[in-house]
Amino acid sequence: MAFINFSAGEIQCKIVYYGPGLGGKTTNLKYIYDRTSEKVRGQMISIDTKGDRTLFFDFLPLDLGTIRDFKIRVQLYTVPGQVHYEATRKLVLRGVDGVVFVADSMRIQREKNVESLQNLEENLREKGLDIRTIPLVLQYNKRDLEGTNIPILSIEEMERDLNSFLKVPAFPASALKGEGVFETLREISKRVVKDVARKVLIKMR
Amino acid sequence: MDVVLNDQDLIRIERCLNRMLATSGAHCALLIDRSGQLIASSGDPSTLDVVALSALTAANFGATAEIARLLGEEEFSLLFHKGKNENVHFSKIGDEFIMVVLFDDRTTLGLVRLRTEKVVKELQEIFEGIGAEAKSERE
Repeated sequence: MAFINFSAGEIQCKIVYYGPGLGGKTTNLKYIYDRTSEKVRGQMISIDTKGDRTLFFDFLPLDLGTIRDFKIRVQLYTVPGQVHYEATRKLVLRGVDGVVFVADSMRIQREKNVESLQNLEENLREKGLDIRTIPLVLQYNKRDLEGTNIPILSIEEMERDLNSFLKVPAFPASALKGEGVFETLREISKRVVKDVARKVLIKMR
Repeated sequence: MDVVLNDQDLIRIERCLNRMLATSGAHCALLIDRSGQLIASSGDPSTLDVVALSALTAANFGATAEIARLLGEEEFSLLFHKGKNENVHFSKIGDEFIMVVLFDDRTTLGLVRLRTEKVVKELQEIFEGIGAEAKSERE
């Protein structure tokens, strides 16, 4: 649910990083936090357990500049990926304007990726949203494992598993090294802002 | 549903929050939505990270709603956290919004609650009006 403030000339949107546990959602946000100036980012909040697993969510507010005199503010959230934190995921998805699905390239996680994407679809549907129409971007994370002895999925396999019906932009990435992180953020922001702007223009007419 | 506020809506909301502060002795009031976005504020939030507070408040409300459900309640309509110096009072406004009031020992919980009740009703009416307007525009 985007919040459009005509008085302050401001649009606030919510983007959620979704995906299986230990896939690198928090690492994405940490990298963004580390590489943006204090002027554009707010404080990053993480509610996690001792083992660095996200318990509730991570939260990072960012200013993305102006479009047609409207300041664009996005709030990035991550969900806990582990299966049993279903209630928390639903909570974080409340009022979502766009989703980044962070898939794990490790072959051992293949089923988990598909399960998590299905779970996203169900949870969105419960909120009256359609995975095929909501702004969505995929990220194939941990590509830096290529060439190591850890078996990973090829991009083609991941496309087939996750993107054959959705056909949304997908970015190979290494959140740890920062590759593809900003490309993903840029694309999802573009899509969300376009989606919200369309709604605003309809209302302004 | 997106929330779209024009100048007049915002002035009315801020007026409610200002009155809340003036009559209760609290020092800061925020209006946020259930997805964690800050909509309006009144008082002196300059020393406070209000954006983070908004996100955490929405999460806090969601989490306690689960406790409510365990007890057979649908949801709690207000929450209160007491600190050594600072206290926070949260109240639900309709299904989509929350008012956060920060106060210290210069006033009392009783007075804050009393004033909150009135303002919650007023804000509820404002949002019902905005919702009805948006609905008729869509139609």
